[in-house]
Amino acid sequence: MAQDTPASVPKTVTVHSLYRAGSSQRIALIVVLTAVVILTAVLSAGIGTVAITPGDTVLAIIHPSAGALNEFLMRNLPLGAPMVSDMLVAIPTPADAQAELIVMGFRLPRIFLAILTGASLAVAGVVMQGLLRNPLVSPFTLGLSSAASFGAAIAIVIGPAILGTLAIGIEDNAFIIVMAFLFGWLSMLLVYGISRARGTSQSTLILAGVVIGYLFQAGVMALKYLTNNDKLRDIVVWLMGGMWGASWNAVLILLPLCLVTFILLERMAWDLNVLAAGDDVAKNLGINVGRFRLTGLMISTFAASCCLAFTGIIGFIGLMAPHICRMFIGNDHRYLIPCSALMGASILLISDTAARTIMSPVEIPVGIIMYIIGGIFFLFLILRGSGRGLY
Amino acid sequence: MELVVYCVDKLFGSHRVLDGISFLLKGGKILALVGPNGSGKSTLIKAITRIHDPSNGTISLDGADIRTINPVDLAMKVGYVPQHFTYTLYSTVFETVLLGRRRFIRWSVSDEELSRVQAALDALGMGNLAGAYMDQLSGGERQKVFIARALAQDPALYLFDEPTSALDIRYQIEVMETMRRITRKQGASMVIAVHDLNLAYRYADTVLVLDHGLTAGYGEPHAVLTPDCIRKVYGVDSFVVENEHGKFILPFRTHRAAGE
Repeated sequence: MAQDTPASVPKTVTVHSLYRAGSSQRIALIVVLTAVVILTAVLSAGIGTVAITPGDTVLAIIHPSAGALNEFLMRNLPLGAPMVSDMLVAIPTPADAQAELIVMGFRLPRIFLAILTGASLAVAGVVMQGLLRNPLVSPFTLGLSSAASFGAAIAIVIGPAILGTLAIGIEDNAFIIVMAFLFGWLSMLLVYGISRARGTSQSTLILAGVVIGYLFQAGVMALKYLTNNDKLRDIVVWLMGGMWGASWNAVLILLPLCLVTFILLERMAWDLNVLAAGDDVAKNLGINVGRFRLTGLMISTFAASCCLAFTGIIGFIGLMAPHICRMFIGNDHRYLIPCSALMGASILLISDTAARTIMSPVEIPVGIIMYIIGGIFFLFLILRGSGRGLY
Repeated sequence: MELVVYCVDKLFGSHRVLDGISFLLKGGKILALVGPNGSGKSTLIKAITRIHDPSNGTISLDGADIRTINPVDLAMKVGYVPQHFTYTLYSTVFETVLLGRRRFIRWSVSDEELSRVQAALDALGMGNLAGAYMDQLSGGERQKVFIARALAQDPALYLFDEPTSALDIRYQIEVMETMRRITRKQGASMVIAVHDLNLAYRYADTVLVLDHGLTAGYGEPHAVLTPDCIRKVYGVDSFVVENEHGKFILPFRTHRAAGE
């Protein structure tokens, strides 16, 4: 055995060093992407119909936040925190008087909505791809987009009538959001129902999703055909997707929902890694594959439909973000999920910024930008022809 | 680990795939499952790792019915290599092997787990491929990665479904030698489905011959795998040669070729 030692020592280093190198690469990507999201957010808050310098943008965000923090400290610490308080009060207001209103009132909620939506769609995408072992699955494969569209279309076309009859005191827009979410979520319940009868194999689930998607699409088409021109326009715009619905309220509703779902999905990371080795191996390793798959699909559909309800249909992020991340860091879902979230957030934030500035003051739906970027991206993947790019 | 399979039936619809299968496998021993395509070998192996439960009969490990064992505990006792393997293009060899340690990893991967992965790869002479991507490997190398994953799992019972089907003759012998060494040394038992009767001859302690879900022979390889038995089960004529290296079985023609 003693003779074996010199030969086996460098080998022993191999797996350990490979693992460490891989981990640091993955953490580096998370750090870089986080920086990209923050930088893009600051820049994006500065550009638009009214241009604001990055310095003013930062001040416009920090000044009111510091004021609020100061107030909070004064109220809750009887003696106050004089040092901190002085520092907080000393933060100057932005040079541009409008900056605070524009940044805090309009652009920042929109930026947050783009970040949350991009992250949710990307996370839903990466988890569904892992669960169904198919990299071309997106959050929309299981019928989510058609179902949510149908819900929104119902709300747009007959929503006012329903609300009037039932005398429910919510706004038309809020009703659209609720209906889109409920129907999006319903699509997953239908898939679940089918799987109860026919099992939870990947092909069953994908087929079930496709079928449900077609049925809801028929519903959307019928509503489009039957309605008047104004409402038809509303439906079409909703289907294209955009960040028009942004408000602090929307952000405050979505933020906790997204955080909770991300944490739940991140906890599934190891089992997702195992599932890549096949259902039988996953079962041998103690995973209840059927239950795991359905739970994962439920949670990821929930995350995606929450955000979609506010933004309308935004395609490709759930496909593109995970793909790009896999190329960089491989298939370890512990890192792939957060990286995809950050990548999705960056992509949607950049696209949305482009959507509202390219033809300023006219805004184009971000859905259109996403289709252009997505199309080019997949064309690039096909032409590059690398084995690991596309399956 | 003592494995007892007792009167196991498995029906898919009305199709009876396993019919009253019983056997006993003691620790440190290798049992070879032999039989024509569709004779129920894979079904039996899958029943032992609870991919599907048998319709009737019981399977127990050290006296405990496997249906009463928590799936996570069972996963620490039984390692399985499927006949058809699935892999992810984006995964490297060592990451694939690391999956075998799933039940011992909560979140982060300790050095000890990585050392086990290294040991499993080294046992099969694949240490130099640890960082390669799965799609860069040949079919045989991939198959060895999946065997390594089962080794990393360090179970008391190995279930191998045609583990050598993609391997060349050298690797077939190497893998079987490795597995025999491991079972002997660690007292682990092993159930292996094989088509190569000579591998069963050489490495198995016991052979179970399946024919249409029925037991067509059970016992020591030389006693069970006779030309008579092979003729009955496979419809193939064969003869046994013996020299200083041992006994070998040579199939040479089917009944159809013999004009029957």
